[in-house]
Amino acid sequence: MRRAATPLLIVAALALGGCAIEPWVAPYERANLSDPIMSFSRDPVSASYMNHVHEVREGARGAGSAGGGGCGCN
Amino acid sequence: MAATRSGWRYGLLAALLLAGGADAAVLPEDRADLLYHSYDGGGVEVSGPSLLVRKSLGDSVSVYGNHYVDTVSSASIDVLTTASPYADERTEQGAGVDYLRDGTTLSLAYTNSDESDYKADTVSFDISQDMFGDLTTVTLGYSQGNDKIGKSNDPAFAATATRQHYRVGLSQVISKNMLLALNLETITDQGFLNNPYRSVRYLDPLSALGYSYEPEIYPATHTSDAVTLRARYYLPYRAAVYGEYRRYGDTWGIDANTWEIGYLHPWRENWLLEFRLRQYSQEAADFYSDLFPRQQAQNFLARDKELSTFSSRSLGVTVSYDPGLHWNFIERTAFTLSLDHIQFNYEDFRDLTKAATPGSEPLYEYTANVLQLYVSLWY
Repeated sequence: MRRAATPLLIVAALALGGCAIEPWVAPYERANLSDPIMSFSRDPVSASYMNHVHEVREGARGAGSAGGGGCGCN
Repeated sequence: MAATRSGWRYGLLAALLLAGGADAAVLPEDRADLLYHSYDGGGVEVSGPSLLVRKSLGDSVSVYGNHYVDTVSSASIDVLTTASPYADERTEQGAGVDYLRDGTTLSLAYTNSDESDYKADTVSFDISQDMFGDLTTVTLGYSQGNDKIGKSNDPAFAATATRQHYRVGLSQVISKNMLLALNLETITDQGFLNNPYRSVRYLDPLSALGYSYEPEIYPATHTSDAVTLRARYYLPYRAAVYGEYRRYGDTWGIDANTWEIGYLHPWRENWLLEFRLRQYSQEAADFYSDLFPRQQAQNFLARDKELSTFSSRSLGVTVSYDPGLHWNFIERTAFTLSLDHIQFNYEDFRDLTKAATPGSEPLYEYTANVLQLYVSLWY
């Protein structure tokens, strides 16, 4: 029952995005956040490669920074 | 369980479509990267180029293409003990398009991977929405992959596998100096999932070595869940620290934890230094064993070291230099060198190149070096 209610709660919470919410970090305060050193994916070509290096040698997979097909690991 | 998973997926999708009040998002930068990569460790050498080019078309569309090559030369521990060293090449081609409208980004991508005995096609779709005054970004994604598996020493061998990925991501501005990102991904595979060349070993008193080999047998289905939490913090003197944790579990019984921390330090006008540490550990799959007690001891059999209990630690450094060059349509350039040193320690996978009583050989371990050298152009 609790699990069945979860999607509805998420819908309700996120639908509040339609209401006006005062941002607690104003646009003019985001200079540091927009610095390239704060990017989660600063160099996509490198992130994709390192993701591949790890995935072919580890049992774990997913929720990484990049996707890709194939194996190259035989 | 499947119904519950579908429930929250559809719930999040509905929430995304209902949510409004978002400000305009931005498309990725126009840039091109040419990378040379090299992996050397455990008797395996893999190297090659990768080219990634991205260009916007007008204000609302950005397209990209990627060409990637792995040239493999392998004399790994598996190859040395059960096969012959080999060389192969894998080529990956990818293309994608991002479409931005108001605060919503729609992304479509296709990837093809081709090697002599393995072909894979993957199609991905992602939708991303900025909300709450651009402080929050929610992303939903789905990928489907279709693989065709062959066997170089058996032209008659042909098998297939399908893969489906379900992704949910949330990135959140916490303060004017801190960002958080949460990603969840469920992946389901069905079909031929093991490596057609690998074998398991079992005790065999009739063999001179004391053991013999038989082919691996994996289950035909595999479902995994992973959740990653990332944080990044801007330091007062223009530097950044970051941390990342991933928890992983799957229906094969593998449990894994990954930690990573890093520090980025701009130096003078043109240099950027990054230092990072990564720790990975996993528990073995339920059907893994280094040495089975007899032939066909159970219905599923694996002696793939990627499914064993092991840990790895890596230390990495990246140095990036921006010479301040800009000419014609090129606005900026950067040259980057990146090195990672990885130590692998296996807890139940033994080194069979060292003769000993079966089951008492030394545990296997090795180190690997990963090199990346790339040039980036922004235009």
